[in-house]
Amino acid sequence: MSDLAIERDIDRSKMKVSDEIAIEINNMNKWYGSFHVLRDINLTVNQGERIVIAGPSGSGKSTLIRCINRLEEHQQGRIVVDGTELTSDLKNIDKIRSEVGMCFQHFNLFPHLTILENCTLAPIWVRKTPRKEAIETAMHFLEKVKIPEQADKYPGQLSGGQQQRVAIARSLCMKPRIMLFDEPTSALDPEMIKEVLDTMIELAEEGMTMLCVTHEMGFARQVANRVIFMDQGQIVEQNEPEEFFNNPQSERTKLFLSQILGH
Amino acid sequence: MSDISFVRTEMLPQQEPPASSVGVIGWMRENLFSGWLNSVLTVISGLFIFSVVGSLLGWAWSPTWSATSLNECREIATGLGHEGHGACWGVIRDRWVQLLFGFYPPESYWRPILAFILLAVALAPVLFSDKVPGKLIYLTAAYPFIMPFLLWGGTIWGALSAAAGFVIGYFVYKAVEKAAGSLAAVISAVVAAVIWWLFLAAPVTGGLTAILPIGVEPVDSRNFGGMMLSITIGVVAIACSLPIGIVLALGRQSDLLIVKSLCVGFIEFIRGVPLITLLFVASTLLNIFMPPGTNFDIIMRVIIMATLFASAYMAEVIRGGLAALPKGQYEGADSLGLNYWQSQRLIIMPQALKISIPGIVSTFIGLFKDTTLVSVIGLLDPLGLSNAIRADSDWNGIVWELYGFIALMFFVFCFSMSRYSMYLERKLRTDHH
Repeated sequence: MSDLAIERDIDRSKMKVSDEIAIEINNMNKWYGSFHVLRDINLTVNQGERIVIAGPSGSGKSTLIRCINRLEEHQQGRIVVDGTELTSDLKNIDKIRSEVGMCFQHFNLFPHLTILENCTLAPIWVRKTPRKEAIETAMHFLEKVKIPEQADKYPGQLSGGQQQRVAIARSLCMKPRIMLFDEPTSALDPEMIKEVLDTMIELAEEGMTMLCVTHEMGFARQVANRVIFMDQGQIVEQNEPEEFFNNPQSERTKLFLSQILGH
Repeated sequence: MSDISFVRTEMLPQQEPPASSVGVIGWMRENLFSGWLNSVLTVISGLFIFSVVGSLLGWAWSPTWSATSLNECREIATGLGHEGHGACWGVIRDRWVQLLFGFYPPESYWRPILAFILLAVALAPVLFSDKVPGKLIYLTAAYPFIMPFLLWGGTIWGALSAAAGFVIGYFVYKAVEKAAGSLAAVISAVVAAVIWWLFLAAPVTGGLTAILPIGVEPVDSRNFGGMMLSITIGVVAIACSLPIGIVLALGRQSDLLIVKSLCVGFIEFIRGVPLITLLFVASTLLNIFMPPGTNFDIIMRVIIMATLFASAYMAEVIRGGLAALPKGQYEGADSLGLNYWQSQRLIIMPQALKISIPGIVSTFIGLFKDTTLVSVIGLLDPLGLSNAIRADSDWNGIVWELYGFIALMFFVFCFSMSRYSMYLERKLRTDHH
C-alpha cells in the first residue's frame, strides 16, 4: 500500500510510554482446526505504546489482535489484559471487552440504529450510564471525530470514512484504555483514508495505547513507537520504526518492505 | 498535442429526460407496447381479462338478496331471464351472523365483538408504536386475560387469579434477585407461579366466587364457530408462535449440545408431520394420555397444536434471518462488551427479524388459513359451517356463494397482514438517502 504522506506535524508531548503494563502475552498458541495460526507469541505492551503490526496476508496479525479481546479464543499460553487474565470466564471476557475498544475493517456499525444510538448503546447497557450523560459523551466524541452533525442519520447514509470515524467514536464512548485497530483503512477509498488516519493520530497524541494492524507505512513511520512484523503466525521482527524501515534485519522483512514500498 | 488528449473546459448541467420516456405515454410505451410482440400480448391479455371479469360480474350481479331459499333464488333468476345462472345471495343475508359467530348464544354476541374491538386497540401499540399513546401497552399486557374471560365467560376471578400468577412471579423475582442473582430469581419466580396456578389458583378462585360471584354466562367451546373461531385460534397461535420460534431459532444456533439437539429434534419432527395429524392428536389421542376425568378444552388443545406447528416454521424463517446477518454484527456487539442476551436483543434480533419479515408474515398468513383445518375434527369454523348450512333443505345445493363469502373474509385479513408487512418493511428501512 501507499506510503501516504501525513502533512501536519505530530505533537509528541503526550505520547509517553509508561512503565505500567497494558497487555502481556506469554507463549500463546492458536490453531484453526489443525492449522497452527499463531505460534509461540510473546508480547508485552506498555500503557501508552503505539504499535503497528504489519505482515503479508494470512500471517496471523488480525488473529493476534482479535485474541486480545477474545473474538478469537487462544488454546495455549496466557493473555493478561489490564491485569485480568483471559480465560473462559464470561465475566472476565465482558470486563476486558468493555475496557478494550476495537475498530474493524468493515466498521461493523449497527445499521438499524442511528449514529448517536450506535454510540450510546454500550455505555447505557454495559456501563449503566444514565441516558443523558451517555448522549453528552457521545456528542463529545462525535465532535472529536468531526461529524456531530450526522448524529441522527443512519450508518447507511454515511460515506465509508465517516462510518469508520463513527466506529472509532463508538469505541471511545466506552472510555477504553486500549484501542485495537484491525485494518481500519483497508476498505476505504484513497480520499477517505486520510480523514481516518488523522483521527487515529489525534488519538495517539492524547496518549492512547494502540495496536494497529495496517498497511499504512506512513502512519507506522510517524506515529508508532514500535513496529512488529509477522509472518506464518510468528513475530519475525520488531523494532523502532526508524530502524525497522531503514535497517531491516530478517530477509523476510526486507522482501516484504521492498514489495510494499518498492513502487 | 496528441490525438487522445482531451480536457473538459465546462461541466454539463443536469437536463430533463426526453418527454417520450415520462408520464402516461412514456409508461405505456415502456410497459405495454414496447414492441410488436408485446403489443399483441397486451391486447390478447386485455381481451381475456375482460371476458373473465365480464362473466364473473354477470353471475354476481343478481338481485337475490331477499330470497329465503335456493328455490326462491331460482324463481327470481328465471323471472329476470337469467336461466338459473345468477348467484344466490339470500344465503349470505340469512346466515352471515352464523358464519361470523357459529352457535355462540346470540344474546352474548356483544362479548366477542367487544373482545375483537379491544384486540384491535391492544394490537395498536405493538403494530404502530410510533402513532399511538404508549400507555396503551398496559391494555396489551392485560389483554391475554381479558380475551378468554370475554369469550368463554365464567367468573372474573378465574382471569384475575391467572394474572395473579404473573404478579406473584414478578415479586418473587424481585425478592430473590437481590439475594441470589438473576438466574436463581428466574427459576424461583417460575416455580412460585407454577405452584400458584397448579395448586392454589383453583381453591382461591372457588372461594372468591362463593363470596363475590361476579362474572358472565359461561359459553362452551363447542358453541364457538365461524370467523370468530378462526380469529381466536389464529391470533393466539400467531402471538405465541413468534416468541417460541425465536427461542427455537436461538436454541438451534446454540453451542450447548443438549439445547441444540432438543430444538433441532422438535423443529424437524413438527415440520415432518402434517398439521391434520397434529390436530387429530389434539382431538383424540391427548385425552388418552391425560388422567381420567380431566377435560382439557378442545379449542385450547387445537391452539397449542397450531402454535407448535407454526413455531417450528417460524424458527426456520428466523434462522434464515440470523444466517443473513454478517458475522461483523456479532463481533461489533461482542467487542463493546454486550453480553449474549443484550446483543441478541439489541443488535441481532432487531435485524434478523427485519430481514425475516416477509417469511414471518407468510407463516402467519399460512397459519391463519390453516385454522380452517379444524373442521376435520368437528369444530365449526366457516368451512365447517358451510357444510352445516348446506344440510338445511332451504340452502341445499349452494356452493359458490358461501365459499366466495368465506374467501372474501379470509382475504380481508390475509391481505391486511400482507400490506402491514410491506408498511413495516418501508418503515424499518434505514439505508435510504
